[in-house]
Amino acid sequence: MDLSYSPQYEAFRAEVRAFLDKHKANAPVSRGMMGASSGTLAWQRLLIEHGYAARTIPKEYGGFGAEPDILKSRIVAEEFTAAGVPMGLGGQGISMFVPTLLELGTEEQKKAFIKPTLMGEMIWCQGYSEPGSGSDLASLQTKAHEDGDDFIINGQKIWTSTAKSADMMFCLVRTEPDAPKHEGISYLIFSMDTPGIDVRPLTTMTGHAEFNEVFFTDVRVPRTQIVGGRGQGWFVANATLKHERGMLGDPNQAGARLREIVDLMHEETVDGERLIDNPLFRDRLVQLQSRVLAMQFHGLRLLTASSKGEDAGLARLIVKLQGCEINHQLAALAIDALGELGVLYGNSPHLRAHGSWQHRYMFDLGLIIGGGTAQIQKNIISERGLAMPREPKPAKA
Amino acid sequence: MEFGLSEDQRLMQDSVRRTLEKVSTLERVRVAADAKDAKANDVWHALVELGVPGLIIDEEFGGMGLKLLDAALIAEALGRFVAPVPFIASAVMAPVALAALGSAKQKETWLPKLANGEAVAGVAVSERSSGARDGGGVAASGGKLSGKALFVMDFAAADFFIVGDKAGGLHIVDAQAKGLNKVALTSIDLTRSLGELQFDNVEADALVSGDARAGLQRVLDAGRVMLAADTLGAGWMMIDKAVEYAKERKQFGRVIGSFQAVKHLCAEMASEIEPGRSLVWYAAHAFDELPAEASLMAAHAKSYMGDVGRFVARTATEVHGGMGFTDLLGLHYWFKRIGLDRQLLGSPERVRADAAALQGWGAR
Repeated sequence: MDLSYSPQYEAFRAEVRAFLDKHKANAPVSRGMMGASSGTLAWQRLLIEHGYAARTIPKEYGGFGAEPDILKSRIVAEEFTAAGVPMGLGGQGISMFVPTLLELGTEEQKKAFIKPTLMGEMIWCQGYSEPGSGSDLASLQTKAHEDGDDFIINGQKIWTSTAKSADMMFCLVRTEPDAPKHEGISYLIFSMDTPGIDVRPLTTMTGHAEFNEVFFTDVRVPRTQIVGGRGQGWFVANATLKHERGMLGDPNQAGARLREIVDLMHEETVDGERLIDNPLFRDRLVQLQSRVLAMQFHGLRLLTASSKGEDAGLARLIVKLQGCEINHQLAALAIDALGELGVLYGNSPHLRAHGSWQHRYMFDLGLIIGGGTAQIQKNIISERGLAMPREPKPAKA
Repeated sequence: MEFGLSEDQRLMQDSVRRTLEKVSTLERVRVAADAKDAKANDVWHALVELGVPGLIIDEEFGGMGLKLLDAALIAEALGRFVAPVPFIASAVMAPVALAALGSAKQKETWLPKLANGEAVAGVAVSERSSGARDGGGVAASGGKLSGKALFVMDFAAADFFIVGDKAGGLHIVDAQAKGLNKVALTSIDLTRSLGELQFDNVEADALVSGDARAGLQRVLDAGRVMLAADTLGAGWMMIDKAVEYAKERKQFGRVIGSFQAVKHLCAEMASEIEPGRSLVWYAAHAFDELPAEASLMAAHAKSYMGDVGRFVARTATEVHGGMGFTDLLGLHYWFKRIGLDRQLLGSPERVRADAAALQGWGAR
């Protein structure tokens, strides 16, 4: 157990701090994966030049080209967070599509798509889920058939966040209807401007349209815009999902949220008594603090395992389930501590924190369900982590 | 930056585990529990061979000079095999008390005997960590103790006791001292011994070579981390047993482990307990290296594992169905061990109140 960083890493940290001191004033105010304002793009370019974004993406594709070093990545994240400066752009293109393309794309695809994606000039959305294919994603029915040099796509996707602002989609379609379900899928990439694509906002319980439905009617996509071969889409998609699961349930986000609640409980009063002086709410706060700390240290343990190239097994599989649940419980505590104030929403008088606690409480329920439901996570944990048997397949009718 | 165990630590934990697997079998535990023998001699001697009683005692006193993180790994192994031996009070809390507050003579007298297994220490600090019940509390005056101390840990086999008084001082009391009356308490957990000490003007040797308040806190912090680690080991054993049982037991023509209702219980147990491992490691590491965080992290580890322990103990029993409820499987030894860990040295609510106070949160 050694929680200090070696001189090499302390030097790197000093470098990051010096960069932040010098450039902090030019950082865009709000982070945003859709915000393609010129300030955001210039910031992104600056970060890539210095290796604080796209750090390990090879130079020839527009990245910084450093060797993967998970500790350096963490130091960058720590220092940017501490300085309150936005990190490099995220979103499904950079976090999920680029790593997938690097692993499985052709040279032409890498050259064409990675650089503009990293620069924030090309925004991506993910076309995976369908109304009839959620947890059982491999049953998806959106079809593509060959016609000359093109595929022609018909069907529907759902839960497509950023579809409204996206330039491109990476999408799973069924190209081999007679193959077993996992072997009949292909991974296509295409412009959202392609004729026949209809994006309709999907309003959720929060009152906002954080997602979309996307309808395809005879959408024509060149046959070259496939990643992996025909029928290999499931394999390609799993490379991407691996990256997504790492994004959900980040314990440092829970840590930040906990600090907000500590402040709230010191500031808010009921009958003149501060919430932090109420032993019931205080007990819940400390109980959640234990959970947040446990996940933060768990994160350090996983970081160490990754830096040594070890497979942390079960320890890694539990992160999404636990992390999303804790975030949800934190929002619930804030709402409860606020009492009736906790139900205010929209632009109501007496509103606290712009109604964000209710928004997070609802949106986080979406995150518990999305990206592999809690129940699917438990299947994965028990089957892969504890080597328990799979549910037997129902007999074919 | 390395958050994890060293190769030496892994090997050491592994060797203790392998030894306990052989000597602290369910059959052996059952015999010890039936006899209310919380110092099973063969198990004890096997651990003495490995140096376990002297694990954190300085080498100059014949110990191994290791740290609380190492002790946490051993506590985890002992919990896993519900080992009926003194450890948390005798091998951890008492040495911590002597190291923090003992004079050279007190250390020379007791530490070598603890290290080589010749002596066992009990620790009486319940009133200082959980609060006084049933008139508990010891008054010190002129080198003599009066009153009573409840929930004394590693009680029955103790040759001497470390006793906390009402003013926060600690004292060494010989088990044979005149005026000392010992009353065994029977808890659900028969793998460890608890008792009450009644003092009638009993001669005591005060531990005063250091900051008494800080010394007592060190003792409580160490004990809390050990109880959390014990639950980590006992809890994982219950999960492993539940998973194993669910893979064998058949109903409706299938192993019950293929039913999601059962699998999900197992996944929930594993998901809840595993982050506790990192919290226990961190709390032990803080005790060793980050003194400013030590008490807070010990309280968090104790609280977290207390809650998770209860959930795992009942859920793993449930996965075993009716068999889990019987004496036949012996699963209840783990259930009860976890139950005792939860209550000792501050229940979850109590340690959370401590954690809040340590952060200056709210009026007490």
